[in-house]
Amino acid sequence: MVRLADLVESEQAHLRALPLPTYETTPWVAGPPGPERRVALVTTAGLNLRGEQPFRMGAGADYRVIPAMTDGADILMNHVSVNFDRTGFQDDVNVVLPLDRLKEMAVDGEIGSVAAYHYSFMGATDPAMLEPKARELAGMLKGDGVNAVILTPV
Amino acid sequence: MCGLAHFFEDEGIATVVVALVREHAEAIRAPRALWVPFELGRPLGAPNEAAFQRKVLTAALELLDPSEGPVVLRDFPEDAPGPKAEEATNWVCPVSFPASDLEGPEAPAAALAREIDALAPWYQVSLDERGRTRVGVSSMGVPEAAQFVAGFLDQEPASRPVPDQPVSLALKDASADLMSFYFEAATAQPGRKSSGEVERWFWTGTTAGQVLKDVRLKCLDSADDKVKFVAAKLMLPKTMGG
Repeated sequence: MVRLADLVESEQAHLRALPLPTYETTPWVAGPPGPERRVALVTTAGLNLRGEQPFRMGAGADYRVIPAMTDGADILMNHVSVNFDRTGFQDDVNVVLPLDRLKEMAVDGEIGSVAAYHYSFMGATDPAMLEPKARELAGMLKGDGVNAVILTPV
Repeated sequence: MCGLAHFFEDEGIATVVVALVREHAEAIRAPRALWVPFELGRPLGAPNEAAFQRKVLTAALELLDPSEGPVVLRDFPEDAPGPKAEEATNWVCPVSFPASDLEGPEAPAAALAREIDALAPWYQVSLDERGRTRVGVSSMGVPEAAQFVAGFLDQEPASRPVPDQPVSLALKDASADLMSFYFEAATAQPGRKSSGEVERWFWTGTTAGQVLKDVRLKCLDSADDKVKFVAAKLMLPKTMGG
């Protein structure tokens, strides 16, 4: 797992049929040296904080903010798809949003620091719809001093 | 996911995608991607495996070292610890349910309520052990969510249980909370289990699973297109015939 050939046929067909975006160029920013990295997590797992407005169908371009000091117990998953495992997330939020691991790496000096804020989009959304919010988010990330982003899907 | 990487890099921020579907990462050409051979839903490999999760993050961050690029797609070399999704570990739910009788208009809701009562002590064990729950998406309590869902077998609700929320979303969120409750209660006991076993147990061995499948079938004929969409796309996993 997970090459498409490992999935049940209907799931394979679904993933093969997904329209994938193409880009004429690939932008490339040189990665900062390890000790200078201020790292943020951005996930498409459809996470939101307990009590916060969940994601809604058709509003997939929206995002939610997850402050670094958030207790993992307060993070819920509101993703529309039922075609991936949720039991791992129910046991440990770090299997989707490895905030605790990132904090440990900062303490150990493997990265410079952890961003003050992390973000979640709803996956299963046309990337073109995400572009305006992603560019808006880039400004917020830079405002937080972030120079490296790890993106996690589900 | 890979599209977001393009936008962030274009705005001047270096990125690494942890990619679950290699073919997609190849096709979209994210600036940097680490393909991980883990099941969907687990980009860091396995829950409560801190050392392994950190190994994945370290491998991802190594792609930021300025040695190559643009476009780097590297394969993470290890499988996740623990049972594979499809592996049989002989896991069983701590509660053994009697065969439920779903005949008659009142039976499903009553059978579902009995099942939830039987699982409630184990849900409490899960709360005590884990110190948290992922139930809470719907803003309904679990018994209320269950009755709301089962009510579709009788007649599609005209009113919404949560203000300012369409019935279709209430159905999706109530179903999600019901599943979280069952999964957390059934897996409260520590021990080896695969995600596939828990999923199969829910969909083929519980009244809740059967009720959701029956509600889905009924809602496929709904006059409300959004309810129909939820039934067609968002209720039953493809592994279970959805």
